[in-house]
Amino acid sequence: STHASAHFIRNELAKAIRSRGGAHQANSLLGGVDEDGPSMYHLDYLGSLEKVNFGAQGYASYFSLSLMDRHWKKNMTMEEGKELLKLCISQLDTRFIINNPNFRLVAVTAEGKVLDEVLDGHAST
Amino acid sequence: QAGLISRSDSSSGEGSRARRAVERPGRHKQQGGRRRGAMSILEYNGSALVAMTGKNCVAIASDTRFGAQQLTIGTNMKRVFKMNDKTLLGLSGLASDVMTVSQKLRLQTDMYKLQEEREMKPSVFNNMLSSFLYARRFGPYFVEPLVAGLEGPENKPFIAGQDLLGASVFTDDFVVCGTSEQELFGTCESFYKPNLGPDELFETIAQCMLAAVDRDCLAGWGGVVHILTPTKYIVKELKGRHD
Repeated sequence: STHASAHFIRNELAKAIRSRGGAHQANSLLGGVDEDGPSMYHLDYLGSLEKVNFGAQGYASYFSLSLMDRHWKKNMTMEEGKELLKLCISQLDTRFIINNPNFRLVAVTAEGKVLDEVLDGHAST
Repeated sequence: QAGLISRSDSSSGEGSRARRAVERPGRHKQQGGRRRGAMSILEYNGSALVAMTGKNCVAIASDTRFGAQQLTIGTNMKRVFKMNDKTLLGLSGLASDVMTVSQKLRLQTDMYKLQEEREMKPSVFNNMLSSFLYARRFGPYFVEPLVAGLEGPENKPFIAGQDLLGASVFTDDFVVCGTSEQELFGTCESFYKPNLGPDELFETIAQCMLAAVDRDCLAGWGGVVHILTPTKYIVKELKGRHD
């Protein structure tokens, strides 16, 4: 399950911070759909874990989290979700100093991976 | 004041050599890029906790913010854990270690219950936690715990606080920890009265928490109070400012 995977990864990350090699320098967002429904987990390279409704890592969080706070609602459809993501990306395009227009979108439902496409950033502005 | 746990700043005192021995956030310029020299590792995620005694009851209140320095990532972080029917544990400090320490202690408590066929008393749990933390003297867990519980057949309220190396302090009124430690000392010292019933204790501890975290940018964003009486275990969420 998603919950179990998230906790497994968290334990590995937490083990690593005090190991000889040091922390795994990777922050992650884990999303999945299982019998309890869809869930998303925000993972830190130190092994902090938080179940979230939406998330962002890296510099994107400074621009996206507020937008998602405002626009995310429970049981959004796939289309509404994509629109919200495109809104976040367009905000990055406007306000973020690093020009990074192309994003890869991956979506998962109860049936499995249903989407794996490249969003052409230039089209979203 | 018996409740005062003196906490050294990050550049001197107990644990500073130990803190440098462990991987520090910011060494590889993770998010934010800010230098960590100014901020202690215990303040990276932000937290606020207070434990209080009442008449035949104890309560622990905590905030629920999960942040990475100035950025708030989550608003629903669990910091208070019920170890057994008579003991509550609150953990402030680094979020990853809060989870790790609570998981490892749960193992110890459950194993004790299986082997001894009785529940661990809060004072015994406190000693066990103290040894557990001191075992990592030169590479400590970056947590500052609070233990609250009801001791013995008379259910005498028990609270204790510790620093990251396991030095305990025992009081009969309240203990505080977290980034809002100093603010909480102020509110608790003013509002606390001995022998409050569960409802009054809830009111008091909630007001202490809410007032204190509003003066701390790293803590707040919601709160929760766990109340333990001989017959009931109640969890109440606090409605506070989310800023």
